[in-house]
Amino acid sequence: MERAQERPPAGAMTRSILRASVSVQNLESATVANTAENPTESTVGTTRVKRGMAEQLKNGVIMDVVTPEQAKIAEDAGAVAVMALERVPADIRRDGGVARMSDPDMIDGIIEAVSIPVMAKVRIGHFVEAQVLQALGVDFIDESEVLTPADEAYHIDKWAFTVPFVCGATNLGEALRRIGEGAAMIRSKGEAGTGNVVEATRHMRQIRGEIRRLGTLDEAELFGAAKELRAPYDVVKEVARLGKLPVPLFSAGGVATPADAALMRQLGAESVFVGSGIFKSGDPAKRADAIVQATLHYNDPEVIAKVSRGLGEAMVGINLDELDESQRYAGRGW
Amino acid sequence: MSATPTIGVLALQGDVAEHQRVLDGLGARSVPVLRAEQLDRVDGLVVPGGESTTMSKLAVRYDLMEPLRKHVRSGLPAYGTCAGMIMLADRILDGTAGQETIGGIDMTVRRNAFGRQTESFEAAVRIDGVAGDPFDAVFIRAPWVESVGPGVAVLGQVPRGERAGRIVAVRQGSLLATSFHPELTGDARIHRLFVDMVKGHA
Repeated sequence: MERAQERPPAGAMTRSILRASVSVQNLESATVANTAENPTESTVGTTRVKRGMAEQLKNGVIMDVVTPEQAKIAEDAGAVAVMALERVPADIRRDGGVARMSDPDMIDGIIEAVSIPVMAKVRIGHFVEAQVLQALGVDFIDESEVLTPADEAYHIDKWAFTVPFVCGATNLGEALRRIGEGAAMIRSKGEAGTGNVVEATRHMRQIRGEIRRLGTLDEAELFGAAKELRAPYDVVKEVARLGKLPVPLFSAGGVATPADAALMRQLGAESVFVGSGIFKSGDPAKRADAIVQATLHYNDPEVIAKVSRGLGEAMVGINLDELDESQRYAGRGW
Repeated sequence: MSATPTIGVLALQGDVAEHQRVLDGLGARSVPVLRAEQLDRVDGLVVPGGESTTMSKLAVRYDLMEPLRKHVRSGLPAYGTCAGMIMLADRILDGTAGQETIGGIDMTVRRNAFGRQTESFEAAVRIDGVAGDPFDAVFIRAPWVESVGPGVAVLGQVPRGERAGRIVAVRQGSLLATSFHPELTGDARIHRLFVDMVKGHA
């Protein structure tokens, strides 16, 4: 942290690095919560509590749902959490217009319907939508590029919240900036609502490849890497030491089949989000169950073959070269 | 029992890798358990944190629940954290309809008793039989133990605040359970107690 202040980088980066320094400070104070010398009563919203929640979701599938009935189907199929939203990404693409946080009544309805954790999405940078979701008692917030961004320069200061956040990333720098802002989980940013997994694959390979590269650098080179990645030095150094992100890495965007889910796991995702892929398919309950099994047995082709049979129609896919630039979500976020 | 016990971690869902890291650091050999026959080859079992309703559902669906019960009944030492505590409880409250458990500990556990994620917290908890400072206990949508039968030893309770006195750590014979997640904090003392239990030394 002090190092970042001793070496202020030039120009536009200064502000983001200084913000990141503040974040790292928060991280430290939030991590040291209770000691024998200072036994506080209890502490909510600490970094360990938030990242710990993300760890609990690993190996489980998080499914997009738009009604309490769908939430029940997802829960019965073995989802570890549901993402409550008004329209799945495929419909957001179809409808166009500004996509926002869901109606609180709708989110309440889903919280009532299931007992597994409930997540919901806010627009990038829209910290008031996040305040509302936290007040509603959602268990995790997705600051999501699938909704229309509310801020073209800054993401939400996620340290300021008790509820944990997941954010999307296309590469390591983006992932580490989000972690610097307080994200407790990172997911890939595959093109949601397309049923096409190619972008998620690219992001997983990119993030994992860059992590491996960091592991080969010496101390001096890590300073340069932090500058190139436009990410807080302390987080860069931690990733180099751990050989992984300090928070869980999931995959999201375009997962439509059991094999897609297993592909993401084999590429290093600790689990997957499935958006339009389930409830835009012919037999949602069966497909949801199959994706849960394939996510768990991702290294066992026989299981994946077995669960891939007789699933009915998959969602209709969109080829990304048919997608107008303005319709690409992965570029949203900074 | 060899000097290096093999400890399985039920891998249906949750923070499996974190438990494996702590167990391996203590000199045990940890293996993820996904199939019934793997239970024949372990000296102890950890049921990790995660979402208990999901874990229970998948254990039933993938034909693991009965084998788990059989092994635990016949004396396989087991340690459950959070969702794992619920899985080792004979009776649960606030579960989903028909939620099954492995059972083994004569206690009633209330699921999500401490509230939703925004109420998840840390507290310093002293554990009987574990020397040194209180534990930095991390509670995540955590359960508490509502009541225990005569054969169950209460090892830890929330020390103060409105939840003071709530039971969060118990032991019955070779079964151990905590509401909180020592696998997340790097403090290996409770896992060491469990490894000693597996070795038959504690």
